[in-house]
Amino acid sequence: MENEKHHIVPYRVYFYILLALITMTFMSIGIVHINLGGYSVLGALIFSTIKSTLVLTWFMHLKFDQPFLRIMVVFVILVFAALLFITYLDYFFR
Amino acid sequence: MENVTQHSAAHYDPEASKLGMWLFIFTELLLFGGLFIVYSIYRFLNPVAFQLAGEELNVVIGAVNTIILLVSSMTIAMSTSALQQKNKKLTLFLLVVTIVLALVFLVNKYFEWGTKFHHGIWPGSPHLINDMSKGEILFFGLYFVMTGLHALHIIIGMIFIIVAAKRVQQGTVYADRPSLLENAGLYWHLVDLIWIFLFPLFYLIH
Repeated sequence: MENEKHHIVPYRVYFYILLALITMTFMSIGIVHINLGGYSVLGALIFSTIKSTLVLTWFMHLKFDQPFLRIMVVFVILVFAALLFITYLDYFFR
Repeated sequence: MENVTQHSAAHYDPEASKLGMWLFIFTELLLFGGLFIVYSIYRFLNPVAFQLAGEELNVVIGAVNTIILLVSSMTIAMSTSALQQKNKKLTLFLLVVTIVLALVFLVNKYFEWGTKFHHGIWPGSPHLINDMSKGEILFFGLYFVMTGLHALHIIIGMIFIIVAAKRVQQGTVYADRPSLLENAGLYWHLVDLIWIFLFPLFYLIH
């Protein structure tokens, strides 16, 4: 990638990502219909997390962008996680 | 300051443009993130009511809309590849497909909300307030606010994509100057990203 400013992603890569996303959508519908009690939410959310990672990495081009964008995205996710954690602490130990 | 040569070409900085779009996306993530935190606390406090109310929602419509958004995300991602390959026709075609899919999503949403209204469920409706528990009122309140805010983003995204498509057609967005289309794409993927979490949390409660 010496002189290449923009990495052109082949169409089929996007198509494979779409197939993976749709498959995981059906898997998350399937997992909540199996009786896992409280774990079914967790299962569905794990699929959502994998799906959003795929969207961020491939559709949103983070894989080909400068590293600082990736670092910023991870940082924002950590900020959100901290916000979540602190809110729950406040709520459950009040 | 005499005789400064004016360059007619406007300043163009793709990196800064992308960074600005990402900063905006971060604020959007935190906006919806806050709503997800509200949702999770209320669901934890009212598990049975949320389950009862969640069963009112149509999983099929939700799943169809999920797939529509995922496909539209793919078509707009492909359109940037097409633009870089200098294939203007294919770029415009893919953008039109994206807009049509967005419209189909909104039509589905219209019928979905219409069914709820028909059952007497809307924010502050007498049926909701008189016959339902506090948890169910909270569920439907969050449902209308979060899917409504998301639908608003769909409408804004459509306008964004239409503007980008127009500029591609005019030739002011092209292979060496793709930022506007790329940013429209980023915004559209954000809309998709939010729906990826909305769908299981509202439609898949069992």
